[in-house]
Amino acid sequence: MGDNLQVKKQPKQYDAIIVGSGAGGGMAAWVLASAGLKICVLEAGPMFDPKKDSNQLKNPWESPRRGASTKYRPFGDFDGCYWGWEIDGEPYTHVGDTKWEWWRARMLGGRTNHWGRISLRFGPRDFKRKSIDGLGEDWPIGYEDIKPYYDKIDKLLGVFGTNEGLPNDPDGIFLPPPKPRLHELFVKKAGNSINLPVIPSRLSILTKPMQLPGGGDRNCIFCAQCGRSCKFYGDFSSSSVLVLPAVRTGNVDLVTNAMAREVLTNNEGLATGVSYINKDDMQEYQVSGRTVVLAASACESARLLLNSKSSRHPNGLANSSNVVGKYLHDSTGADMGGIIPELFDRKRYNEDGVGGMHVYTPWWLDNKKLDFPRGYHIEYGGGFGMPVYGFNWGVENLNGRFQVKAKQKQPGGYGASLKEDYRYFFGAHVGMAGRGEAVAREDSYCEIDPSVVDKYGIPVLRFNTSYSDYEIKQAKHMKETFAELLHAMGAVITWGGDDGPHNNYGLHNPGNIIHEAGTVRMGSDPKRSALNKYSQAHDCKNVFCVDGGPFVSQADKNITWTILALSMRTSEYIVDQMKKRAI
Amino acid sequence: MDRRKSIKTLLIGGVATTMLADACAPRDEKNQEQKTSTATTSETTGINRMKEEQDYMKKLLAEPNFFTPHEMATITVLADIIIPKDQVSGSASDAKVPEFIEFIVKDMPDHQTPMRGGLRWMDIESFKRFDKAFTDLTSEQQIQIVDDIAYPEIEYQENGKTVKRGKVKPGMQQGVAFFSLMRDLTATGFYTSEIGVKDVGYVGNAPNQWNGVPADVLKQYNMAYTEKELKECLSFDKV
Repeated sequence: MGDNLQVKKQPKQYDAIIVGSGAGGGMAAWVLASAGLKICVLEAGPMFDPKKDSNQLKNPWESPRRGASTKYRPFGDFDGCYWGWEIDGEPYTHVGDTKWEWWRARMLGGRTNHWGRISLRFGPRDFKRKSIDGLGEDWPIGYEDIKPYYDKIDKLLGVFGTNEGLPNDPDGIFLPPPKPRLHELFVKKAGNSINLPVIPSRLSILTKPMQLPGGGDRNCIFCAQCGRSCKFYGDFSSSSVLVLPAVRTGNVDLVTNAMAREVLTNNEGLATGVSYINKDDMQEYQVSGRTVVLAASACESARLLLNSKSSRHPNGLANSSNVVGKYLHDSTGADMGGIIPELFDRKRYNEDGVGGMHVYTPWWLDNKKLDFPRGYHIEYGGGFGMPVYGFNWGVENLNGRFQVKAKQKQPGGYGASLKEDYRYFFGAHVGMAGRGEAVAREDSYCEIDPSVVDKYGIPVLRFNTSYSDYEIKQAKHMKETFAELLHAMGAVITWGGDDGPHNNYGLHNPGNIIHEAGTVRMGSDPKRSALNKYSQAHDCKNVFCVDGGPFVSQADKNITWTILALSMRTSEYIVDQMKKRAI
Repeated sequence: MDRRKSIKTLLIGGVATTMLADACAPRDEKNQEQKTSTATTSETTGINRMKEEQDYMKKLLAEPNFFTPHEMATITVLADIIIPKDQVSGSASDAKVPEFIEFIVKDMPDHQTPMRGGLRWMDIESFKRFDKAFTDLTSEQQIQIVDDIAYPEIEYQENGKTVKRGKVKPGMQQGVAFFSLMRDLTATGFYTSEIGVKDVGYVGNAPNQWNGVPADVLKQYNMAYTEKELKECLSFDKV
C-alpha cells in the first residue's frame, strides 16, 4: 500500500451501484442497464468470461494434479469457481464449536460459473410455511406475485423440464429434457416400485439453441461439464448470460477486484454510494449513485450492512429491526451411494449428457404425517464419469467383495488381474443426495466479529449456526429412503450407509450445501424484517438486496431460480420508482 | 482422501456439483499473500488459473524433487508391478505415473511421510529377507514381498452381518498400508493418463448429441423409454 492513503472519489453519479455479479447482481445489471439506467457493478474478484476462461474439454492429464482439489478450487482443478471454503487474507470465525461452512466465490459471475444449474420454482406452499406448520414466518408475497417473473426468466435464460401439474412444484416454460441415462433408468424403475416419484430434472441448460439477452448464440454440446462453465454459453452463468450482455448495452461500468467496504449514507440516512478497496492497487475508492443494490451473497450483504454504521443507522444500515444476519440457513444435505452389480462390465459409450442429473425426485410426502416439518428433494448421480484424481481409489473394497467375471479374488492385488478389475467396475456406481428445507431461526445467525478484520481492514463475520431435531430427523428420513431405493434397484451400499444417531445421520454442516439465505429477510413488519416485499430496505428507501438475503424461508428447492426471479422483480420496481422520482 | 470420499469423486461429471461438496476436502497450504489477482491461462499447463493459483504452481514447479533417485527407482518398479503392460494397454511407467506421484506429493504434502516411510519399509524388508535393496532383487524376490502386502483386510456389512475378507500376516500391516496407498496413487495416476483413459474406456469429453441409452444396451438390461419420455424428451434424428 502506498504511504499516503487517499480516498479516490469517482465524480460520475450512477443511477445504481450493484455490489456483486452473481445471479442476483447479474440480473439487476441486465434489467437496469437494458432500461437505460447508468450502472456501476463492483465485483470482488477478477474478470471471467467462460468463452475464454473455461477449462471445458480439458483432459484429466492436462492437469498435473489430475483435476484434484486445492484450497483455490475445492471442487477440483477444472472447476469453474475461484476460491471456496477459505480465501487467503479473508478469514471468518465461529462462536464456540459451531460449524458454518462458508463458500465464497471471487470472480465475475460468482458461483454461478460452476453451480448445479438445478432451477426449481418455489411452489405456493413455500411462501406460506408458517400458516401451514406454525414455524418460521410467511413471506410477504405469494406464488402469484413471483410467477410472472419465473415465466420471464424461463424464457430469457432457458431451462429444461416437464410440466407435471404438481401442486407445489409448479410447471414452467420448459425446453425438452434429455432422456435418462442407464443408471437413471434403474433409479426410475426402482422408484416406481416403492412409490417414489422420479421425474425429468429441471436444469438451466439449453437442450435447444437460444440467444443471449441482447443477442449472441448459445448452445449445449452435451459434455456434462457445466461445473467448469461453458465456452458455448450453453448453461446459465451470470457472467456469460447476464453481466457481459449488460456490459454490451454500454450502460455498465464494471469494476473487478473491487472489495466493497461500506455503503455510504448522508445526513438524511439515505445511501449515497459505496466505498471499496481496489485489490490491484490497494487504494480506497468511492462511487456515488442514486440507489445501492446489494448482491454480494446473503452473508456478505449482511456483513456490508452491519459494517455500514452511521449516526442515522447506529446498528448498521437497514437494521433498526436487528434482524440483519439472523435467520441464516442453508439447504440440509445427506447422501448415500452404492454400486449396481448388474452394471458390472458395461458396454462403453458416451453417456456424458448434460452437466448433472437427467432425473430427480421432488418432495413427495405430507409432513403432517411425519416427525419433521419440511421436505427435501433427491438428486442422482452415477455412470461413466471422466476419470480424475481419486478415480479407482480403494479397489480392495470392490474386488474383495464382488466377483469379477465369476471369480472371487482377494481384496487389492496387482498386475494384469487388477487392471481387469478396474475395467470391470467402471460405470457401475450410483449416488444420491437429499437437499431439504431447514427451518430459519433467529438464533442461527452471523454477526460482526468484534475483534477480527480481514487484510483490507474490514471487520469479518462470526457465525453461530446450528441444526435442530427437525433437520436431524429429516436427514434420518433421507437415509432410510436412500437405503430403500438402493435396495430396490439391486444396488449395494458402498458409502454413507454407516451414518446414524452418532453423526446426525450424515447431515452436512450448515453452509456446506452452499445455499446461504435469510440474513436480510423481507417482511411486512419493519420491526421484524429488514426489507419490504420488493426487497427495499424499510429504513433506507434507496437500498435494495437481491441475493439470498431477502429469503424468509428456503423451500426444499435450490434457491437460484428464485433469486433471479426476485432480482428481476426488484429491478423492475427500481426502474418504476425512479421514473416516478420516488427514489 | 478416504474410501467413501474417493467413491464420491467417481461421480464427477454425472452429478450436480452440490453433491460433491465434500468430495475432496481443501488441504492446508502455505499462505501466500498476493496484491493482485488477475486470471489468465497458465503458460505451463493450459489450465485457466487465477493469479494466486499461478503463483502456487510456479512455487511447486520450482521446488526440488521430493524423492531421491533411489526412491523414484523403487516407485517405478512398484508402479509397474501394480500396472504392468498387458494386451490392452501399457504400463504405469509408460503413462508417466512415477512423475505424477512426484508431483502429487508436493501438491499434497500429507502423502509425503507415508510414501517416504513406506519406501524405506520396503527396503528394510528386502534387506531382512535377501540382504539387498528392493530394486536389486530378482522379479521373483520382489513378488515374494509384494504378495505379502498386496491384499489388505476388508470388512463390510451383508444381510446384517459383518463379513471380513483378506488375511494379513503378522508384521506386514505397515507394508500393506503402504502398498494400498501406492496402488491407489498408481491407479489414479494411470487411469487419468491418456493411456489409462483409453484403457478403461471413458469415451466422453467431446461434443456430442445425447440421444439416450443405445438401443442394444436398453435391450440388454430389459429397459425401455416410456411413451411419455419419447414424446417429451429431446431427440436427435439418427444419422
